[in-house]
Amino acid sequence: MSATTSPPAGATPRYIGQAVARKEDPRLLTGQGEYVDDLSLQGMLHVAFARSPHASALIRSIDASAAKELEGVRAVLTGADLNGDAHEMKSSYEVLIGSVGPVLEPLASARVKYVGDPVVMVIAESRAIAEDAIELLEIEYDPQTPVIGYETSLANETLVHPEMKTNLASVLTSEPDPALDRAFANAVHIVQETIRQHRYINVPMETRGLIASWHSGRGEMTFYSATQLPNEFRTFTTRLLAIPENKIRVIARDVGGGFGQKAFVGREEAAVLLAAKRIGRPLKWIEDRWENLVSANHAREELVHVRIAFDADYRITAVFCDHEEDIGALPASGTSLTTGQMVGMMFPGPYKIPHAGYSTKMIWTNTCGRLPYRGPWMMETVAREIMIDIAARRLGIDALELRRRNTITEADMPYTSATGMSYDRLSIDRTLEKVAAGIDFEAFRIEQGEARAAGRLIGIGLSHLVEPTAAAGGSFGIEVANIRMQPSGYVDVYVGTGNHGQGTETTMAQIVADTLGIEYEKVFVHDGDTDMVPFGGGSGASRTAVLAGAACHAAGAELRGKIVQLAAHYLEAAPEDLEINSGKISVRGTPTHFLEMTEVAFKAYNDSPSLPPGMSPGLEATARHAADGITFANATHACIVEVDPKTYRVKVLRYLVSSDCGVVINPAVVEGQIAGGVIQGIGGVLFEHFAYDENGNPLTTTFMDYLLPTAADVPTIEYAHLETPAKGPGGYKGVGEGGAIASPPAIVNAVADALGMDLPSQPLSPSLLFAMVNRAPTS
Amino acid sequence: MSEDVEVRLTVNGDGYRVRVEPRKTLVDALREDCNLTGTHIGCEHGVCGACTVLVDDRAVRSCLMFAYQAEGTSIRTIEGLADADGTLHPVQAAFREAHGLQCGFCTPGFVMSIVALLDENGAPTPQEVREGLSGNLCRCTGYQTILEAVDIAAATLRATSLEATR
Repeated sequence: MSATTSPPAGATPRYIGQAVARKEDPRLLTGQGEYVDDLSLQGMLHVAFARSPHASALIRSIDASAAKELEGVRAVLTGADLNGDAHEMKSSYEVLIGSVGPVLEPLASARVKYVGDPVVMVIAESRAIAEDAIELLEIEYDPQTPVIGYETSLANETLVHPEMKTNLASVLTSEPDPALDRAFANAVHIVQETIRQHRYINVPMETRGLIASWHSGRGEMTFYSATQLPNEFRTFTTRLLAIPENKIRVIARDVGGGFGQKAFVGREEAAVLLAAKRIGRPLKWIEDRWENLVSANHAREELVHVRIAFDADYRITAVFCDHEEDIGALPASGTSLTTGQMVGMMFPGPYKIPHAGYSTKMIWTNTCGRLPYRGPWMMETVAREIMIDIAARRLGIDALELRRRNTITEADMPYTSATGMSYDRLSIDRTLEKVAAGIDFEAFRIEQGEARAAGRLIGIGLSHLVEPTAAAGGSFGIEVANIRMQPSGYVDVYVGTGNHGQGTETTMAQIVADTLGIEYEKVFVHDGDTDMVPFGGGSGASRTAVLAGAACHAAGAELRGKIVQLAAHYLEAAPEDLEINSGKISVRGTPTHFLEMTEVAFKAYNDSPSLPPGMSPGLEATARHAADGITFANATHACIVEVDPKTYRVKVLRYLVSSDCGVVINPAVVEGQIAGGVIQGIGGVLFEHFAYDENGNPLTTTFMDYLLPTAADVPTIEYAHLETPAKGPGGYKGVGEGGAIASPPAIVNAVADALGMDLPSQPLSPSLLFAMVNRAPTS
Repeated sequence: MSEDVEVRLTVNGDGYRVRVEPRKTLVDALREDCNLTGTHIGCEHGVCGACTVLVDDRAVRSCLMFAYQAEGTSIRTIEGLADADGTLHPVQAAFREAHGLQCGFCTPGFVMSIVALLDENGAPTPQEVREGLSGNLCRCTGYQTILEAVDIAAATLRATSLEATR
């Protein structure tokens, strides 16, 4: 297949680039969505888990006799009962690149390692009865001293996993580089600081959940799931149950958000699958919000010791990124080994930096494990962009000017960073200038001076990033589209994605409608059912538009080719002379002499004698697209905040994003992705903090303590889009994560500017901000 | 456990007679006993607003109310908003127009809250809208397009009521 770029030859794009109404919305707006908890199966039982109240303890004994006697309880299973059924607990990532830590157990059997660790599973006629039974369990623990705080964990003699002999899960370091050392030795200025961010988490509005149904006669497992990656869930289950994947069907109908949390099978989900096979009745487990907050895995808690070397003109000559992250007790797949290294490799980001080095350490603690959350490696942007402002403040140069001097320009493309990242067709300097003009930096400085004189604290912050969007490795490096024009002329598109809010049913239909030259209303996109769709990577990591979009382009172009060939045969014309408009195929220049696409489709299936010699019947094409290297996108954010000098409450007055995600399929979808990410980042800096006390007790276990931003807290986001097509099919670059990556440092920088001080750690809640201001040396 | 109690519910004009445990919440009864799964459960502690329904025209968090407390009231859920012919309610139509939803899980709760908000105040100020919606959490949209949808819906509803009074 040759790579086609948008628009396809001979067709005018009618839908790509338009904010067409979403196909998902009529059902979701009328209460007809089918999230996993909305489904019920005949004979279904309900699951609840008893979880550890201790951060670290040995399990002495479990007495389930009273629980088992409760009316309506069907089974009570411990790790000793269930774990032996688990054949292998490994994601495809772990199969590909290896894993850290001990072998995962569905239920903790001998030792609990964080508060919320699942210990006993109760299966009953209703969730309420299952929870009643949990109250009747007698579990005797022998509490141990927990390891809390990753910054002291490595010096701690107490171990999270005694069998691992150390609390250091892994360390990765760039190759020794004498040129890097020389650059630091020859630097005119070196700025160093430790930048920290705190634990904040995904919190999709729909928690995790599944219904697992084992059919013993067929030997089949049907698994209704809230998942982002249906095929990954299927191959995981193959390894877990040691049954062929042909006997496993994963179905995700509607999924209520994920942001990375629903990318990999969790231990509780594995336990439910194992129990369903053992018990032979369908089992439903829907996580409650407390469980979701304490045990659905966490993110973000990490630091970077940053060192930046400058020459006399404030040009960066070298950076070193020394990263440490808290991976809790049991890290999930898709983080740690992969993302820790990405922090180092992406650290140079949007700047021309000749020499760069990094080290990344993953550290165990007795807290909930780490998982991917929207931009899992985003600490590179957080640490770098906060550091650029700190450097500007210390060196006495404006933060915008410092960025201008160091930014990679369009003239530098293609550009390979010091860590080996290959950028092409990026507009890094142009997004910076777009926001600088849009927010009017110079005018703001005047306004800021006047405000200060009047006792008001206002500040401006910038953040600048290059984002690796679609990955090129593992199952995330490929995506598939199978397109069938049915005999009626309607089109089905089967993609390996896992739509959980991204509007994939809409955007992929826009692409296919334009590629085939038919009406958007005639295209139906299907994903999330492994009996229906071919193997594909799923939705996550900003990959869907780039890779599923590319596969839709390729399969659409192939199918269009066949339709044109067939029509040319019937019209007795040369294929290259034909054009397609709104489902009508005609010889260019004679639009009144046409064939309806529906006629061609009907004949392709029902009139095989009429087909040209050698042509197969039917209208179907499949394309598997493999990424040609990592795709990159770029964006710059700017914001203005006001800090209340009495309460230290931060209000965001303006927020402007210039994002270049390549060709925009649907501007409303793109802006929705940016806005959602930006508000998650603002929430992370100003409101959200998953906190533990010194004994490892979680302190923020409801929405009254773990504070999500509300409509009353958010600014109106302004956009200044750029559209530089990528070189891949369709020209898409991806946009899912950038908002959540770039917004935290933009907010931190604006608050720091308002207060005129460095703010190397977060969150910036009123109480913590007050404490930071009042312990800072007065200038 | 206490004995089940019989509760009569009127939901979207339809009568239901259900036998439930006294501790059963209204949202569980709607979803499990009335088979109306459009009302969602997001936190079960009254903060996220995903379970918002109208009880006698007032927005209520159905996770904080027992089913038996709803006996004798008139309940309206997301399933009862559109016309019988499928025409969306102006608030639903505005969400579609503004792309006011992504994953859609919080959406029924938002829609019901906005119906109640605009019923009480047909021309809310931007600040009143933001405060009025601060009891509903959305994790996907960043609220931008939900706020736009409220403006669109308010304008449509004002135009409709103007039409009706002519």
